[in-house]
Amino acid sequence: MELKLPVYLDNSATTPVDPRVLETMIPYFTDNFGNAASRNHSFGWHAEEAVDYAREQVAALINAQSAKEIIFTSGATEAINLAIKGVADMYARKGNHIITCTTEHKAVLDTCKALERKGIVVTYLKVDESGMIDLAELRAAISEKTILVSIMAVNNEIGVMQPIVEIAQIAHQYGALFMTDATQAAGKVPIDVQGMGIDLLTCTAHKMYGPKGVGALYVRRKNPRVKVTAQMDGGGHERGMRSGTLNVPGIAGFGRAAELCRLDMASDAQRVTDLRDKLENALMQLPETYVNGHRLHRTPYISNISFKYVEGEGLMMGFNKNIAVSSGSACTSASLEPSYVLKALGLDDELAHSSIRFSLGRFTTEAQIDFAIAEVTKAVNRMRDLSPLWEMHLDGVDLKTIEWAAH
Amino acid sequence: MAYSDKVIDHYENPRNVGTLDKSKKTVGTGLVGAPECGDVMRLQIEVDETSGIITDAKFKTFGCGSAIASSSLATEWLKGKTVDQALSIDNMDIVEELSLPPVKIHCSVLAEDAIKAAINDYRTKNGMEALVFEESIVH
Repeated sequence: MELKLPVYLDNSATTPVDPRVLETMIPYFTDNFGNAASRNHSFGWHAEEAVDYAREQVAALINAQSAKEIIFTSGATEAINLAIKGVADMYARKGNHIITCTTEHKAVLDTCKALERKGIVVTYLKVDESGMIDLAELRAAISEKTILVSIMAVNNEIGVMQPIVEIAQIAHQYGALFMTDATQAAGKVPIDVQGMGIDLLTCTAHKMYGPKGVGALYVRRKNPRVKVTAQMDGGGHERGMRSGTLNVPGIAGFGRAAELCRLDMASDAQRVTDLRDKLENALMQLPETYVNGHRLHRTPYISNISFKYVEGEGLMMGFNKNIAVSSGSACTSASLEPSYVLKALGLDDELAHSSIRFSLGRFTTEAQIDFAIAEVTKAVNRMRDLSPLWEMHLDGVDLKTIEWAAH
Repeated sequence: MAYSDKVIDHYENPRNVGTLDKSKKTVGTGLVGAPECGDVMRLQIEVDETSGIITDAKFKTFGCGSAIASSSLATEWLKGKTVDQALSIDNMDIVEELSLPPVKIHCSVLAEDAIKAAINDYRTKNGMEALVFEESIVH
């Protein structure tokens, strides 16, 4: 089969909709277009039926005890805002302290920053050079005033998986709730909210072969019964926690996507692990090439690699006509700062600016990986021939001894 | 972000990539930028002592496509100019020639700085005072 270009290796940004998901969605745009809140006619009943089925599928994916624990939103960002702000409002009498970590997604970090302006105290746990938080630091930071510990399940840039079971236990010892942003985890790696002690969880459909514009918040109903204060006023949909007419086609698609992910999770993950290993093993043949993040505690879907002495954006330009990936470098931003996640790992600047995130998915093929290996290898070699830093490295110059002109 | 055709051309076919012998008295070397900022340019000129004409120019750049294109273009423009003429190359000329968007103007500033640094290196090697330039825009 001929390879279709460009090759998509940016599945952590978004995934294509699975054709089976699209098929499920289509009738809810046309024949079954009803409002799920219309209780008096069959249009509404059909829509409600679809939403109920989807709710059960999302609940099953994360092993929620009841479908009622799933609140549909417009996406993970909204779910995260609702969870964190909703908990801060609802539990204001218990305390005003939240714990999260420096490598969280901006949706979590910026929500916490917004709460800090309202008097909430936030602790940002540091991570070690492999991207893992230190449980001792969590124990030292937590107190009776802590209402929420929010730590992501899988990091979106480096794929690292935090020890959420242990984190949840520590949170519960202090009567705090445990929330996890599972945007990159749900549908990809096993999540069991009951077994893992998760009180709140956020995820989105478009990272698991569903449509954009629909996400979910899991809110535990038993042991303990968790409540969040609504952040939008309106018709009181979703048990009063999230008003707004439900996106029925999107939710139907989300449900189907969750169902497929649950059924295919193990086989998808095994296939993707093999492809990821092939990609990494081949690229690691290049000298001064490093995999960022913990090598064991991570998802197979994300591989973040630094090609030392070449700048990520310049490197990507060498193959981005043919391969779609993300760069950890952000040369286009005014700040010229490399990724805050890689900086949090303590990476040297010339490494942090040199990183590429390859993210694989259900539809990634071996032929695509072979193509990527060849193209990336060629581009890295070409860019190193152009790089003064690479030449200095070959000449044995220690870059730290050079006094760079300050910008 | 889409790059202009000229940036792509310089990126795909960079002119004058390489290294001149920096120990030679006739060679001036400018190394500007910093790894932490994501761009480092090294630009070198070789000057004919009697005529003061730049006979060769080479570069190597760690940076994005616009940084590579800016330095590649600078070496093209330097060749055949006298050192004094080279001093008149302005970063905005590079911006215009390569149609750089505002977020990439710092790449052209860096190229201008690299030219000046190479010239000053040549001057000090040959017993002339280093020229003092106005502070360039913060990049």
